[in-house]
Amino acid sequence: MPDAESAKAPGGSRRDKRPNGRPAGRPEVKTYATAYKPTWCPGCGDFGILAALKAALVDLEIWPHEVLIVSGIGCGSKLPQYIHANGFMTIHGRPLAVATGAKLANPELHVIVVNGDGDGYGIGGNHFLHTCRRNPDITHIVENNQIYALTKGQYSPTSDPGFRTTTSPDGVFELPVNPVAVALAAGATFIARSFAGEPKHLQRIIAQAVRHPGYALVDVLQPCIAFNKVNTYNWYAERVYDVAADDTYDPTSLRDAWERGTEWGDRIPIGILYRKEGVPPYETRVAALRDGAPVHRDLRARLDPALFQRLHREFV
Amino acid sequence: MPGAQADIRITIGGDAGQGVESSGAMLSQALARGGWHVFSVPDYRSRIRGGHNFFQIRAAGRPCLSHSDPVHLLLALTRETIDVHVANLAPGAGVIYDDGFRLDAPELESRGMLPLSMPLAKIAEQHGNKLMLNTAALAAAAGILDLPLDVLESLLRDTFGAKGTKVVEGNLHVARAAYRFAKERYSGRLPYSLPPKAGPGAERLVLSGNEAFCLGAVAGGCTFVAAYPMTPATPILEWMAAHERDVGVVTKHAEDEIAAICMAVGAGFVGARAMVPTSGGGLSLMTEALGMAGMCEVPVVVVNVQRGGPSTGLPTRTEQGDLLFMLHAAQGEFPRIVLAPGTHEQYFEAGWRAFNLAEKYQCPVIVLSDQFLAASRRSLEKTAVSPESVTIDRGQLLTAEDLERLEKPYRRYAMTASGVSPRALPGHPQAVFTATTDEHGEDGHITEDMDLRVNMMDKRMRKLETAAAEMRGPAVYGPKDAELTIICWGSTVGPARESLPLLLDRGVRANVLHFTDIWPFPQAPAERALHAVRRAVCVEQNHTGQFGRFLRMMTGFTADGHVRKYDGRPFSPQQIAAGVLKEVGVRA
Repeated sequence: MPDAESAKAPGGSRRDKRPNGRPAGRPEVKTYATAYKPTWCPGCGDFGILAALKAALVDLEIWPHEVLIVSGIGCGSKLPQYIHANGFMTIHGRPLAVATGAKLANPELHVIVVNGDGDGYGIGGNHFLHTCRRNPDITHIVENNQIYALTKGQYSPTSDPGFRTTTSPDGVFELPVNPVAVALAAGATFIARSFAGEPKHLQRIIAQAVRHPGYALVDVLQPCIAFNKVNTYNWYAERVYDVAADDTYDPTSLRDAWERGTEWGDRIPIGILYRKEGVPPYETRVAALRDGAPVHRDLRARLDPALFQRLHREFV
Repeated sequence: MPGAQADIRITIGGDAGQGVESSGAMLSQALARGGWHVFSVPDYRSRIRGGHNFFQIRAAGRPCLSHSDPVHLLLALTRETIDVHVANLAPGAGVIYDDGFRLDAPELESRGMLPLSMPLAKIAEQHGNKLMLNTAALAAAAGILDLPLDVLESLLRDTFGAKGTKVVEGNLHVARAAYRFAKERYSGRLPYSLPPKAGPGAERLVLSGNEAFCLGAVAGGCTFVAAYPMTPATPILEWMAAHERDVGVVTKHAEDEIAAICMAVGAGFVGARAMVPTSGGGLSLMTEALGMAGMCEVPVVVVNVQRGGPSTGLPTRTEQGDLLFMLHAAQGEFPRIVLAPGTHEQYFEAGWRAFNLAEKYQCPVIVLSDQFLAASRRSLEKTAVSPESVTIDRGQLLTAEDLERLEKPYRRYAMTASGVSPRALPGHPQAVFTATTDEHGEDGHITEDMDLRVNMMDKRMRKLETAAAEMRGPAVYGPKDAELTIICWGSTVGPARESLPLLLDRGVRANVLHFTDIWPFPQAPAERALHAVRRAVCVEQNHTGQFGRFLRMMTGFTADGHVRKYDGRPFSPQQIAAGVLKEVGVRA
C-alpha cells in the first residue's frame, strides 16, 4: 500500500465527524453484555461492582467504544472480560500508568481503571500516589477486599492489624494503607468510597466519578467470601454510613475529609468524601495536545521539508 | 611534517562545571562551519562539579567515523589537564594554557610539548568579563589553528544572540583579542595544521547521536515519549520535551521507568507511535511491561542507550553489555525486534524505521545504542537527517472504512498466515475488544485451552519469521577479499573502519563485517557473509564477547580471536588495530 495512504490515521482526515458512528438511541445494560460468564466465586462482591459500573455507564449514555477499561491482575482485574467495552488487562500494579498513556494519546476516550487493593495500593502504590497529584481525567475503581484472593488468601496493604492469613500467621502487625488519606495528601481532586453490597449507591458514585474532570478515586469495600472471613458483607453493612446524610459534612473541606477519611472501625464513612472543582486535568495542560491528540495526527506532516529546515537550524 | 597530516585532533580538558562540553561543542561547530568534517567525543563523570572532564575533537577534509589518537593540540583549562593527557599527545603537540598557571615552559618542552601560554583570563576580564574565559580559550585555539576568525564570530553571535547585545559584543571583543594574541605570539609554531578541505561542500550539521535519533523519530511520526531520566538516554527526553509543541509529540517525565513504559504501551495501544528512551538499569525495570507489549501485540519502541554496567556501573560511560539481555529480557517467548545502529546516519534511520517495524509486526522494537554513539557529535550532510529518505508504514491498521465493512465481529488476534492480525484502535463501534496479558483467543478473551494456546503462540512467533525477511544482513567495509575480518556490531563500526588503514600499514589487509539488524537474525545473508570470511576477530565493548557467542549460537561460526574492552571508554582505531594485531600474532 502506498506510504502516503498508510500514513493516514484511521479516519484522521475526518476529525469533524468524531466520535465515529455513535449508534442511534441510548445504550442499555445489555449493550454491555458479553457471552462470557464471570469466573468469580458465587456471591463475590465483584458482581455488584460490575453491575454498578454497567448501570453507571448507561446512566451517562456512554457507548462501549467510547470507554476504555484498564485493569491490572487479580480477581477484580478480570472485570474487562465481562463487559462489552474496550478493555486492556495489563500487568500487576500498572493499570494507572497504562491508562495515563492511553488518555494522553486519545483524550476523547473515557478511561476507567479497575483493580484491587493489592494491585492499586500495594505493587501499584507509586503510580497511585503520582496519579493523584497528576490529576489526569481517569476514574479509578479499587475493589478493596483487604485480601489477596486470586493467590488464595494472603494479607493485603489494607488488611486490618491482627488479621491472620497464610503470610501473616501471627496476625498482621503493619498499619494498613488508608487510601482516602493517601489520596488526600497526594492532592487527588475526587475521593469517594462505596460498598459492593449497595450497588445503587456504588452506581451513583461511579457516575459522579466518571463525570468529574480529573482523577477520581472510588474505593469500594468488597467482601471476599472465599478468603476473608472477617470483613464480610455483614461486617461492612453494620459499619458503613453515607456522609451525604450529614448536612454539616462539607466534601470540599480538607479538614472534614481528613476527619472522616481517617475514620475506620466501628463506623466506616462512604459517599463522596472529598471533591475539588476547577483543577484542570493533566491532559488539558499538555502543550502537544493543544493541536490534536497523537492518535489523530496526520503523520505525513512529519515528512514536510520545511519542518526539518526549522529543526536543522540548531545544529548548524 | 607541518600540514601533512590528514586530520587534526584537539582535546579540551578541565573541571566539571567549567563548560568543557559546551566549549567543545562550539569548537566542533566552528570547524564544521569552516568546512571541515568533525567527529567529537565528550568524556565526563557522573557529577555536577569537580573532577576532570575532556572533549576530543577530530577535524578532517573528509568524513570521520570516530575519534583518533594521538592529539595535536591540547586546550588545558586546568593544570591537571596537562598531566592527564600528556601520554596521548603527538610529538610537538601544542598546549594552550593560561599564563596564570605558573607552569615551567621549558619543562613542558622537554616532555615533547609546545607550550602556548596565553593571558586568557586577563583578556577575558579586560575585554569582557571573567565568565568569558572559555571564549578566550576557543579563540586562542582558533588563532593557533588558523581557523578564520569570522567563522568563530558568526558562531558566537548565534550562540549568545538570545542573551542580548552586551553579551554578544563582550564575547566578540574577547574572541578578537585572544585570536590576535595567539596569531601574533605563536603564528606558525604548531607543527600541525588544519588539513586541506575536500572542496567547498554543503553546509553541514553537527549532531550528537541522540539528536540524530530524535530527528529520525520525529520524521517517523513519533507522537508520544515517556521516560524517567537516566544517563545517557536523558537527552532524548529533553530534546523531545523542548520540541513538544513544535513537532507535536507528547512527552511525559514519568515517576519511574515502569510507569514510563506502561504509559507508552497505553499510548501505543490506542494508536500513538510511542517511545521510551532509557538505559540498561531502566530497562531492567521495564522488562515485565516489555512482555506485556509482546503478549498483547502492542507496538512500542524502546531505546536502550547502553552505559557501563552492571548495576549503577559507569553512568556516563559506554559499553555494549546489554546485547544478550535485550534478546531475552522478560519471561517467556514473544516476538521482538532488536536494531543496533552503528553510525549517526543509522541511528537517525533507526529512529523512524523502529516505528514502522513496531506497527507492521505489532511488537516491541528495541533500539540498542550506547553512550559513545549517543553523545559523540559528528558533522553530517543535511540530507542524512532529512525526511526525504523516510517512509511511514503503519502496517495492517484498519481504517474506519475497513471497520464499517466488517461482516463478522472484529477479532483482534485473528489467526493469519503472516502472524500479523489486522489491528483496530479503540474508539470505533466495530473495534471493541479486550486485550489481556493472559493467554487469549482470537477475540482477546482469556483461555487455557491447549490447542488455542499452541496456535496463538505459533501465530505470534510467526511474525518473527515474517519480519526476518526485511532484516538486513551485515555490511562489509573494505576489500571483499581481505585476509582478515573484523566482526562488530553497533557503534564499534566507526573506530573499526578507521582501524583498517592502520592495519594495512602493518601489512594486514582487513575488512569490517558490521551487524545492525540483530533480531530477528538475518540468517541467510549473515551466513553468506561469514562464508567469505577467511580469518575473523570479533571486536566488542563487553567482557564476555556477547556478540561472538550470539553469532556462534545462530550460525556455528566461531571467531579466531576476540578484542574486548569494558573500561567504559570507547575504542579508538589505534586500540582496535593493536588488539587485532595481537590476536593474529603480529607484534606491535
